[in-house]
Amino acid sequence: MSSAESQLPWTAPFDARYPNMNQTKHCYKSYIDFHRCQKLRGEDYEPCQYFKKTYTSLCPNEWVSKWDTQRAEGTYPCKI
Amino acid sequence: MVPTWSSFGLQNSASPSMEQLTFFHDFTMVVITLITVTVGLNMFLICSCLLTNRLLLQEQVVEIVWTVIPVFILLSIALPSLKALYLLDDPFTPSLTIKAVGHQWYWSYEYSDFPGIEFDSYMLPESDSLSIARLLETDNSLIVPSFSQIRVLITGSDVIHSWAVPSLGVKADAVPGRLNQVMLYVNRSGVFYGQCSEICGANHSFMPIKLEAVPMAYFIKWALKSS
Ligand SMILES: [Cu+2]
Repeated sequence: MSSAESQLPWTAPFDARYPNMNQTKHCYKSYIDFHRCQKLRGEDYEPCQYFKKTYTSLCPNEWVSKWDTQRAEGTYPCKI
Repeated sequence: MVPTWSSFGLQNSASPSMEQLTFFHDFTMVVITLITVTVGLNMFLICSCLLTNRLLLQEQVVEIVWTVIPVFILLSIALPSLKALYLLDDPFTPSLTIKAVGHQWYWSYEYSDFPGIEFDSYMLPESDSLSIARLLETDNSLIVPSFSQIRVLITGSDVIHSWAVPSLGVKADAVPGRLNQVMLYVNRSGVFYGQCSEICGANHSFMPIKLEAVPMAYFIKWALKSS
């Protein structure tokens, strides 16, 4: 395509696990995956960033900030 | 919704999905018109005909004919309808993700691929000098690149809204707690309008969607400036 297209930043690609119109799981599973990944491999483990980029791409900012607060308070409803 | 004067029927399409839908609409209208004319004519003839047949108890041939022919008519509608349906949510690799969030009573948009582009889109009052299309203009419009594949994720923050742009053939409910994905591909540069399409409260009619499709180079410029 045009050269301008290549200047677009990365966005979450199609994921065959979530082929439907409903992308809710695509968003929150990526959020959980990122934090589990970090817990498992440490903060500096570069490949974890893939999940972070995916969830920032997909999740509404309001959801992310709510979940961040919940994790900080220990009320996040999923085991990380 | 009438963004241009004296328009009747569907708006001009500006995306491949709307192309499909327009075709299906026109095709179905032809079939419906033919059926209505045929049935109407027959009803008129039956009512106005003075000849009656007291001894007619059954007529197998005509029964078979008027059962089998409608089957094929229905099939000829069902198949293009299914084709359009499956083409509409054909998943493709998006080059950009945009989030549209419905609020009482405005839309807000997030371009999280670029750092920190996030804004609210309120309707402009009629008195505003920039308000050309009444009740359709917004202070900040959704800017998208034309000729590229865009993923729009739609959600709500309070009650159910519905994000719709008729000329692009997209409409999806904005349900709180759920992310609905629609694929957008704009065929040409231009301004396209839409309205909230799910009754959401007092100002439901006053939360329009204004979408500006611009060439990719201009979009990048705008995005880099805004982020
Ligand atoms: Cu609404």
